[in-house]
Amino acid sequence: MKRLVLRLVLVLALPALLIAVWWFASAGSTNIFWPPLRTILQTFPDVWTAERLRADVLPSLWRLAAGYALAAVVGVAVGTVIGSYRRVRAVCEPVLEFLRAVPPPVLIPVIMLFAGIGDTMKVTVIASGCVWPILLNTVEGVRAVDPVMLETARSYGITGPSRLRDLVLRSASPQIFAGLRQALSIGIILMVISEMFAASNGIGFTIVQFQRSFAVPDMWTGILVLGLLGYLLSLVFQLVERRALAWYHGLRASTRRSP
Amino acid sequence: MRLQNAALGAAGLAAFLALGEVVPRLGLVKEEYFPPTSRIASAFADELSDGSFWTALGDTLTGWALGLAIAVSAGIVIGVAVSVVPYLREATASTIEFLRPIPSVALIPLAVLLYGSELRSVLLLVVYASFWQVLIQTLYGVQDVDPVADETARSYGLGTWARIRHVLWPTALPYVMTGVRLAAAVALILAITGELVIGAPGLGARIAVAQNSQAVPEMYALIVVTGLLGLLINVGARTVERRALAWHQSVRGEVAV
Repeated sequence: MKRLVLRLVLVLALPALLIAVWWFASAGSTNIFWPPLRTILQTFPDVWTAERLRADVLPSLWRLAAGYALAAVVGVAVGTVIGSYRRVRAVCEPVLEFLRAVPPPVLIPVIMLFAGIGDTMKVTVIASGCVWPILLNTVEGVRAVDPVMLETARSYGITGPSRLRDLVLRSASPQIFAGLRQALSIGIILMVISEMFAASNGIGFTIVQFQRSFAVPDMWTGILVLGLLGYLLSLVFQLVERRALAWYHGLRASTRRSP
Repeated sequence: MRLQNAALGAAGLAAFLALGEVVPRLGLVKEEYFPPTSRIASAFADELSDGSFWTALGDTLTGWALGLAIAVSAGIVIGVAVSVVPYLREATASTIEFLRPIPSVALIPLAVLLYGSELRSVLLLVVYASFWQVLIQTLYGVQDVDPVADETARSYGLGTWARIRHVLWPTALPYVMTGVRLAAAVALILAITGELVIGAPGLGARIAVAQNSQAVPEMYALIVVTGLLGLLINVGARTVERRALAWHQSVRGEVAV
């Protein structure tokens, strides 16, 4: 019981302290850029009404989900092919290294040329930025499949889809998830930036609108919403990862116990 | 084997460039959207002979290097301090887990209001984004310290500072280096994004100008430049990592006994 209380104190103390510092330091603030925290929190429910959540947050999330899913499918599929054949890998490697090194946001102007400024552009931008970490991690993971297991599978006559699903993708999945995790934060960044460029709705669009009209407390609430969103999405990701990789974490824990 | 791989890689690159030349020439995509490789190449050459291009490149690199330096030193110092002092790591864990996933672009509007389109607003984004990479890696690295080695150092009477220097730092260094490599890439992305969106001087702003003036080949040429820059930074970071860890097993590649 005492330990639990101590843990709870440790978890909550610093956030509480930081919020308190922010609250009191900004309480009498007349600086227009740093409004009092109290004002920000009072503005929050007025700005982020159910109507606005439906009109701005939902479209953003939908684009993120579509782009991210597209990137995951393409990245894993292409990555598996490239990872499985040494020659294909050798041919593609320099081009892939270059494409990965291009900072994803600079693709927004290019994709705007092709896809205009609608949802297609945003989904494409998100997908084209997210695909690289997933693809390259899949290549690495597929490459690292234990050759003994591959031989064993061959001698047992395990081929085709079951070989792919139960051996190759399964043993590459810790790596693939590492790529998916990197891609998630890139995806959120691209979602916001593509909306800052050209959009008529979305979180990024709304925040820039507030900034341009000098509605500073409203802008701050937007920053808070983005922060919360980033936090929640990474929480959801952790839950999914823990379920999908339960076998792997279990394996690691047991090897650590018995060296 | 290596030679064959290099030849295949060069062939792949050549095929990629040739495809970029042929596809627009055949009219599969509109030439004004996707100019052939040769036109991008000549725009690239024009850029290289343009003085203002080099100024923009210098601005971008300044933002990148300065931001990365601040983020790396802050990440290492705070990371080591947090993990050396008892309870501090547990006390900060929830805050770090909360702040880390906040997308750095959320700070763009704030940066614009505070600093306008100056170097400082780019720095704000770059430092915020790359700081977490270094901090998290440093925390993991310090956690990896062998308790036996630490106890041994203690029983030989080494002080806190000597233990940090001789036990903790060598253990954490490989992790820190990975963090620095990740941070270098992230810093470039954020530096160019900041310029692109905020309009702070640099390659990103130049891309935005090229886009607005419909100078499509120049835009592609600048994007190629940013890609080459990213590639150079990746290679550079890997080289630094290998140099700094020349003594480490992962680099020496010694067979474990």
